[in-house]
Amino acid sequence: MSGNRSGPGRPADQASRPGLLWAVPAIVFFLGFAVLPLVLVVWLSFTNWNALGTPTPAGLSNWTRLLGDPQARAALRLSAVLTLAAWVTQTPVAMLLGVWSAGRQRSRAVLSSIFFLPLLLSTAAIAVVWQALLDPNFGIPGWLGPKLGLTSTNVLGSPTFALWAVVFVVGWQFVPFHTLLYQAGARQVPQMLYDAATIDGAGRVAQFFRITLPQLKNTIITSSVVMIVGSLTFFDTVLILTNGGPGTDTTILPFYMYTTGFKSYEMGYAAAIGVCLVVLGTAASLLIVRFSGFGKMRSTLEGL
Amino acid sequence: MSDLRSSELTDTGVSRRRFLGLTAAAGASAGAAALAGCGTSGPAGVGGGGGTDSVWVLTDAVENPIQTTAIDAFNRKSSAKMALFTVSNADYTNKLRVAMGSPNQPAVFFNWGGGSIAPYVSNGDLVDLTSYLNADPAWKQSFLPSVLTDGQINGKYYGVPLRGVQPVVLFYNKTMFARYGLSTPQSYADLLSAGDTLKSHGIIPMALGGADQWPELMWLEIISDRLGGFQPFKALAADPATGWANPVFAQTLSMIQDLVGRGFFGSSFSSVGYNDGAASALFGTGRAAMHLMGTWEYTNLLSQHASFAQHDLAFTNFPAISGGKGDPSAVVGNPTNYFSITKKAPDVAAAVSFLKKEMTSSAYVNKLISTGDVPAINGLSSRLATAPNSQFAQWVYAAVQNASSFELSWDQALPSATATPMLTNLAKVFLKQSTPQQFVSTMQHVQ
Repeated sequence: MSGNRSGPGRPADQASRPGLLWAVPAIVFFLGFAVLPLVLVVWLSFTNWNALGTPTPAGLSNWTRLLGDPQARAALRLSAVLTLAAWVTQTPVAMLLGVWSAGRQRSRAVLSSIFFLPLLLSTAAIAVVWQALLDPNFGIPGWLGPKLGLTSTNVLGSPTFALWAVVFVVGWQFVPFHTLLYQAGARQVPQMLYDAATIDGAGRVAQFFRITLPQLKNTIITSSVVMIVGSLTFFDTVLILTNGGPGTDTTILPFYMYTTGFKSYEMGYAAAIGVCLVVLGTAASLLIVRFSGFGKMRSTLEGL
Repeated sequence: MSDLRSSELTDTGVSRRRFLGLTAAAGASAGAAALAGCGTSGPAGVGGGGGTDSVWVLTDAVENPIQTTAIDAFNRKSSAKMALFTVSNADYTNKLRVAMGSPNQPAVFFNWGGGSIAPYVSNGDLVDLTSYLNADPAWKQSFLPSVLTDGQINGKYYGVPLRGVQPVVLFYNKTMFARYGLSTPQSYADLLSAGDTLKSHGIIPMALGGADQWPELMWLEIISDRLGGFQPFKALAADPATGWANPVFAQTLSMIQDLVGRGFFGSSFSSVGYNDGAASALFGTGRAAMHLMGTWEYTNLLSQHASFAQHDLAFTNFPAISGGKGDPSAVVGNPTNYFSITKKAPDVAAAVSFLKKEMTSSAYVNKLISTGDVPAINGLSSRLATAPNSQFAQWVYAAVQNASSFELSWDQALPSATATPMLTNLAKVFLKQSTPQQFVSTMQHVQ
């Protein structure tokens, strides 16, 4: 910690800081739109409610049902696979693209603005477009499949490929966002480190692994938390692209919560699934922050 | 309710399935939108206080003007006032659900009968129309009986038909059938052998929008009806836990898996959607030879594949299955849409009088016919001759009139807590991920 600079936590600093009063609007907003609904959902998970009339107390029945529900277990597994696959595929691509686009050349600027285009599209639009593109008869598979001699052109309806199609479309949509994070991160790396490495005779690959990658540590953590927590709550692409199918092969936990709540109108059970998601998402981000040392706010520029 | 994504809202609006449509994007935020939207934009804003009854219908370019005319006609003659309130297709079901759970209920609302209103009936929200119908036999008898009966819950009437009948029909490409020497399937065996012939010529015998799941349900409905008649489903609707044990259902599911195994639906039906127009496109472009679908598909093909619809399209009732106990004249599908009245309506008497005076008025019925609908009204045979699609309209009308029973689509008839897992598990049967026995045992344990 560069303690002798005016970092946070210095007693002398606190006098000039705004009082608690300034935080009241934010706290009220947070209480009203985050904490209160969360408390209500937890309460709802101990009731039976079909969205009509008054919820009736159900004790632990929703929770015992959740523990014994094979569909919920399958959904949890699919969510885990989707999260992991999204992270594994998006991180390297976004990092390489980000580092590359951090260069100041005009060609890179032009190409990066093209790469960032998917960011401007709504998730629904992206999913609808990809659904049409992946149509087995009138889309890319229907056109390309026969030329390649494939017997089946079934992608979104295939138990094997549907989830990977979701991973791909999600990646196509979110890689630009994470590229932007990595681009900003890479531009923060002091030039003098590269200059020093060049003098020491390090090549570009060595520079990437010895300088860029360690310097991007906080960016990697930020990007990973966003990706993992985001994937856990992922829903809209699945709804439009595969509708949870074929069968239940892409019914991830948030989608299962949606069908339970807004198709079957079992609000109590859906609330239990929702609480489960909140716990998992919070736990995942806490774990990452704890084990990466991100919470200590250690600077990557220490010693410079 | 069915989980439908509607991407084509510009068509003539006969598709009841599209009416149900959950636009994907809206579906994503349906809960929040419905919750946020209803308190303020509900009918109270339209009707509040003054005794005006709000009438909730789906936003629909074709139907709304007809409904507005009916309401205007009623308002001119009556001291009580009705006001039309349109709700987008995307979140009608959820929005209605939230409104019904609040003090701002609609007075009169559009619904699908059966399971779509059963929770409101058991919650004591709806006006029992039985005594009103019985008090006015002329009114009661003006509707097709099989259709009116489907608006019943526990033997009482809660809905009055408001528009056309929509049975499931076997559409086929007659030009293609002639080319390969096939004739209209008279039996299930005919259907199978036609399928084999078509497949050997590289044509998908039957278009199926499996990605949307509900088109698959039509196969379970029609085959089990042909095999066992109306009774097995009636028992199932009365008690889902025991009803599934009837061997008719397991046998139907085996026959479905046999069809899948024969390549009857092609190899990629599980990624073909109906709501996005893909299944109709397969049929309309001659890549598939048949399509089992509701009558709205006729109007849909007429607008999307006009030349095909005029020259190649033919239709028939689903054939009998040898050894089956079902009556081959029986139909399944959506009898119609209904209007129901809530007890909290500002003026219940006016609402009843509205349904009585306008839903059977010749002006209203003629307007429906002119849009291609086949209203659920008695004695229309000659009037349907003026319909734009008169040949088809008259055929549908006769089919419904002669039907021994009209089985309401199961996803509408059963409570949503049963219907949702039923559709999912049926999709697994089509994919051969579940055996018929697994389906039955899973459905028996649905809570």
